[in-house]
Amino acid sequence: MTAGVEGRGTGPIKCVVWDLDNTLWDGVLLEDGEVTLRPGVAEVVRVLDERGILQSIASRNHGPAAIEQLERFGLRDYFLAPQIGWNSKSESVAAIAKSLNIGIDTLALIDDQPFEREEVAFSHPQVLCLDADEVVRIPEMPVFTPRFVTEDSRNRRSMYMGSELRDAAEREFGGTSDDFLATLDMTFSISAAAEADLRRAEELSVRTNQLNSTGVTYSYEELSAFARSSGHLLLVAGLEDRFGSYGKIGLALVERGAEIWTLKLLLMSCRVMSRGVGTVLLNHVMRLARDAGVRLQAEFLPNDRNRVMFVTYRFAGFQEVGARGELRILESDLGRIQDPPAYLTVRTG
Amino acid sequence: MQDHIDTQIRAFIEPRFPGRSWTDDDDIFALGFVDSMFAMEVVMFVERTFEVTVPNDELHMDNFRSVRSMAALVRRISAGPRTGAVPA
Repeated sequence: MTAGVEGRGTGPIKCVVWDLDNTLWDGVLLEDGEVTLRPGVAEVVRVLDERGILQSIASRNHGPAAIEQLERFGLRDYFLAPQIGWNSKSESVAAIAKSLNIGIDTLALIDDQPFEREEVAFSHPQVLCLDADEVVRIPEMPVFTPRFVTEDSRNRRSMYMGSELRDAAEREFGGTSDDFLATLDMTFSISAAAEADLRRAEELSVRTNQLNSTGVTYSYEELSAFARSSGHLLLVAGLEDRFGSYGKIGLALVERGAEIWTLKLLLMSCRVMSRGVGTVLLNHVMRLARDAGVRLQAEFLPNDRNRVMFVTYRFAGFQEVGARGELRILESDLGRIQDPPAYLTVRTG
Repeated sequence: MQDHIDTQIRAFIEPRFPGRSWTDDDDIFALGFVDSMFAMEVVMFVERTFEVTVPNDELHMDNFRSVRSMAALVRRISAGPRTGAVPA
């Protein structure tokens, strides 16, 4: 047992609070610009997540830059209620406990700076404070090893995120009436992916978690091969309105079988969710399939974040017809395909 | 209780379609375009207001189409084991 563990009870840790500079990553983001993940950190983050241990951040940093860096590392979604700013760490730790509604004695702080650990330990002696050097040992430490990993613990983060999503959905809906959307003069364009679209397509596939139907991400090379394959259809969608372009915000990958087309991937950027366009790309693919006289199936892999995609399919009339491994297979009878909404101009080709 | 459910659902629908008239049996999805956001909004409304989790096989447009069908869904799910509580 370490000194830190003796200083508190021996109850299990429910939330690990990470410092960023020289703890989660090597380097100081605002000074060095370029930082690299510290060895073993990403694995520890994933192990803790699988065990149902929540994770958050207490960092003295510039919020947007730090969040963007976390996104670049593909780790953003692991952290709930991150506290990134210029508050003391003791305040940040208390804010996290409050936000997640868990006891402060169930928190652990990982920070490379002795000053920060002392400051937190002084205000909150119940918090387990660890040096960044101890990170790789965390998975073996008893306080980070729950006796049982249940369905509930595995889903814990998603439950928290689900409630955040609910809140966001509610807030966003407030200002989004058809009348308001009509004032935006939006044009939604759908076209086969060109060479120039592929980098963005790759980025979309890597970054878009919530609205990705399978959670599968594709590399530039893979997408490039699909774009040239006669057996596939790779569509990108863009959106613009009177304020300017949103860029490419959607991607659909269709495998064209002789009798059945399969939507291998459907994704939309979260940025356009409140613009009422989430379903337009799917409707377009449904129309193409109907015109080609084929059946249309879609692969769906449920994860923590993409329930809205499942709802999108179900409300478009897709039914579960089977499974391939972990993939659910959905199929639409193409009997009812919505026309684009009146507030949107759709351009294809 | 039944009236209470209906009232809450009506109160949810009302501001979404200002100036339109509809009955408990009318198809609210026929009143406007159904996009992902609205679909999710409707599902979240039901789950949050009535503290239920809509299982995948019930996630079907027909169950959310009208005041009557939503109320029936809520009663059906509420009768089962209660799940979907907010984590402590």
